[in-house]
Amino acid sequence: MDFNYLTTIIFLPAVGALLIAFLPRLSSRGIRWLAAVFTFIPLVLSIYLFTIFDRSAEMAGVMQFEESLSWIPAINANYHLGVDGLSLPLVILMAFLGFLVVLISWKIDLRPREYFAWLLLLETSILGVFCSLDLLLFFLFWEIEVIPMYFLISIWGTGRREYSAIKYVIYTLFGSAFMLAGILSLYFTTGSLNMVEIAQGGLGMIQTAMPAAAIFFLLLVGFAVKLPVFPLHTWLPDAHTDAPTAVSVVLAGALLKMGGYGMMRICVSIFPGVAQDYALPLIILAVISVLYGAAVTLRQTDLKRLIAYSSISHMGYVLLGVFALGQVSMTGAALQMFSHGVITGLLFAMAGLVMHNAGERDLRKLGGLARQMPIIVVVFSIAGVASLGLPTTSGFAAEFMVFVGSFSSTVVPGIQVATILGVLGIVITAGYILWMLQRVFYGPPLKQFDKAKDASILDRVYMFAFVAVIMGVGIYPAILTDIIKMGVAPIMGLLGG
Amino acid sequence: MLNFELLIPELILAGVAILVILLDLVLKNKWWLAAVSIAGIVVSAGFAIVMWGGDSESIFFGMMAVDNFAIFFKLLFLVIAALVILASTDYVSKLKRFQGEYYALVLISALGMMLMAATTELISIYIALELTSISLYILVGFLKDPKSTEASLKYLLLGAVASAVLLFGMALIFGFTGQTQLGDIAAAIQSMSLSGVLAAPGLIAGIVLIIAGFGFKIAAVPFHMWVPDVYEGAPTPVTAYLSVGSKAAGFAILLRVFFSAFGLPDWLSLDWGLVFAILAAIGMTVGNIIALTQTNIKRMLGYSSIAQAGYLMVGLATVGFVSPVLSDSSVFAGQSGLLFFLASYALTNLGAFTAIIAISGKVDSDLISDYAGMGKRAPLLALALTLCLISLIGMPPAAGFMAKFYIFSGAAQHGLLWLVIIAVINSVISAYYYLRVVKVMWLGKPASETKVPSSIALRVALALSCFGVLVMGIIPGFVMKLAEMAAKMFVS
Repeated sequence: MDFNYLTTIIFLPAVGALLIAFLPRLSSRGIRWLAAVFTFIPLVLSIYLFTIFDRSAEMAGVMQFEESLSWIPAINANYHLGVDGLSLPLVILMAFLGFLVVLISWKIDLRPREYFAWLLLLETSILGVFCSLDLLLFFLFWEIEVIPMYFLISIWGTGRREYSAIKYVIYTLFGSAFMLAGILSLYFTTGSLNMVEIAQGGLGMIQTAMPAAAIFFLLLVGFAVKLPVFPLHTWLPDAHTDAPTAVSVVLAGALLKMGGYGMMRICVSIFPGVAQDYALPLIILAVISVLYGAAVTLRQTDLKRLIAYSSISHMGYVLLGVFALGQVSMTGAALQMFSHGVITGLLFAMAGLVMHNAGERDLRKLGGLARQMPIIVVVFSIAGVASLGLPTTSGFAAEFMVFVGSFSSTVVPGIQVATILGVLGIVITAGYILWMLQRVFYGPPLKQFDKAKDASILDRVYMFAFVAVIMGVGIYPAILTDIIKMGVAPIMGLLGG
Repeated sequence: MLNFELLIPELILAGVAILVILLDLVLKNKWWLAAVSIAGIVVSAGFAIVMWGGDSESIFFGMMAVDNFAIFFKLLFLVIAALVILASTDYVSKLKRFQGEYYALVLISALGMMLMAATTELISIYIALELTSISLYILVGFLKDPKSTEASLKYLLLGAVASAVLLFGMALIFGFTGQTQLGDIAAAIQSMSLSGVLAAPGLIAGIVLIIAGFGFKIAAVPFHMWVPDVYEGAPTPVTAYLSVGSKAAGFAILLRVFFSAFGLPDWLSLDWGLVFAILAAIGMTVGNIIALTQTNIKRMLGYSSIAQAGYLMVGLATVGFVSPVLSDSSVFAGQSGLLFFLASYALTNLGAFTAIIAISGKVDSDLISDYAGMGKRAPLLALALTLCLISLIGMPPAAGFMAKFYIFSGAAQHGLLWLVIIAVINSVISAYYYLRVVKVMWLGKPASETKVPSSIALRVALALSCFGVLVMGIIPGFVMKLAEMAAKMFVS
């Protein structure tokens, strides 16, 4: 406990952002290298943490690499960081994406100084969310993320970017407004802002007339907006579609996970009883998200919008897994968050590459690109089949666990029906993914794309990094599930199962 | 007892104000006026700091109190006055005459505010209030162009009505309790029975009129009509001064009067607590919704300050809702939340207005659309203004976030969760218009490529406020501690 790993991981990108923003006479090349260095070190450190993470049975549910400092004594808030099996994979995911999006953005030449500064600040705030164990600190990081996103979408985006950016901000703030009310109620009923302490104290700590269910739902709204859950999802297609490629990758890859993570870490951990009581309506919402999201995806003609809508459907599986409240289902949900982060990250990166190299994103106008882009077509196809859950990809492992876990869960009556309906989503997913791949890459080669280039060396670097992770986790999911289980264990203990 | 030595900060300020007017007659280089004023403020603040933490003492036979609460506000007003003077130097140097009077009036109104925070007696409250107001009426009209004159006249007329209402309320209170000292009024009210008060509603009417009178000062809806026009017409530094100084003074006196005179019995404090809660809900909603459509940045910030007054009143409502039976530390949550919010709001709004002075002075327009491309033309100014606007929304890492968290946590704790929910939803609405300015600055196409230079005084003022905003947003512990100490004013 000598070196403050988590603080270093969280704040290195912020330091990089400040350097990039304020160092005078920085060439755009220098900016990129700075950004790459200040995101690469957190990635290395987070992988190192993964290797030294204590996996022994007695450490299940115990926070590791904890740091705690008194922050605001007046309201008993602490600068309290720590990771367990739930958060560590997400920290790695964010650090991984954080580095790769710098590579993805290598060709950005519009106001690069501001762009990379905001991008790195975004990474700091998301990492902070996953590491915070203090509710106020958590909320602080949660809110900071909005400002970089606003600028990134509205300045470097495409299409109706300003509209999408402000829509994103308003939705997020709307959700976090309720979350703030929830955190405040939690604070005054328990007198503590320490998530672990409140979760361990159980509902016994909530003494006033304020019903626990009310607090639960106040908090849940904030997370549901971010995940997103039908009907709070409408910001997502706009923000994803109009954001620059790298931001779409972070948004789909890591930002959405803040919602799922919050549900597990706060809603279910602190209110296991309430979660059990209201699991059924939430599972119904999950199934609606899955099916509705998938059905709407089928109708999309814009490449990025299609992938955006598919996220709604895939995040529905997370919601299903979480509120099936079974050990396997929750582990599956956590794995699905990681897996979806990598897969959709890759999908967006590939979509960005196709758009950049072919200059077109309308599926009706694209076609026959397999000839011009032999490498992109292979990688895009891997991402696609991973998204629809083909075995040996992480998508299969995660979704399989969610379905098996939910189907066998004993906590919620009637879950089997919901699970079967959810599985139907896979079929629709196969439909739109294959249709998309076919439209973009196959069919007769079109003359206007003759000059379209394939992936550059730099593109190949990050593409293969993504593919390696997808296949690695798909072939040997235990590499992650072993530690996720340790994070899920205390929640199962609370649920009494 | 007279205890003149406890009045040293105020006496110094009065002396410096006179000195500045006299120096104006002999000095050719008018920069000295600002320097002397600031030096006087620093000395005065030094004496105020020395008094911090001592026992509560009363002076002039109980007309005023020197306690942590008063000193907290005195320091706040001194900081505000210093920043306003720094921000004014550019503006004032363009005036042909009366430069000394400008600084002197700023100092005198600060003196009035400091007295307002300290008075514990109805008549001296009124005198301190008028001292502040009359100096501000003049300052608002200082430009002497039609808009400024109209603003000044409007402010004067409406202010006079508000003062009359306030005085009438005070007269009623005096009539029903026979006392003018706040402590004696409290004792008289506590000896009355509920049925006795209900049978003679004059006392309640008096309280309502006092709320209305002070409501004008703090720009609470429905007493806010003067705000947009006056804010738009007044010289921008004076607008900044009005929006934070006069508002903070209004809240200081409201807190003192309502807590020490009407704080008990319970049924009374719950009643006015509810009144403030409703005024808060209406104020923030009206302010925010009207601000959405503003095109002039000063008007927009005017409506925003109405909304901010709404958030601040959440703290007042909490004071009313706190049950005195509670003995834990949360009894003072309302007061300390309010004090912290005021400090954060003061720095934030001053920062925002200073940036506006710097930008508007060069582009010669207060229209939001003319701020287009400021991110390119004046990146640091735009960054500072962005930070302040983010703080006004209440987002981290700025002070506004901590202030809202602190004040709302007190309210949620004492049964006002409904108000907190209204307030946080209002913050979301407000994000839209604050971010619109941010958007124009960073995304808009600049009208010209020329840089927007700013004077050193402005930069210092801006840097100080932004530094304060960031410190209070990231490590607010120290100021919260001060606010907490100040909030426990009457505990013996």
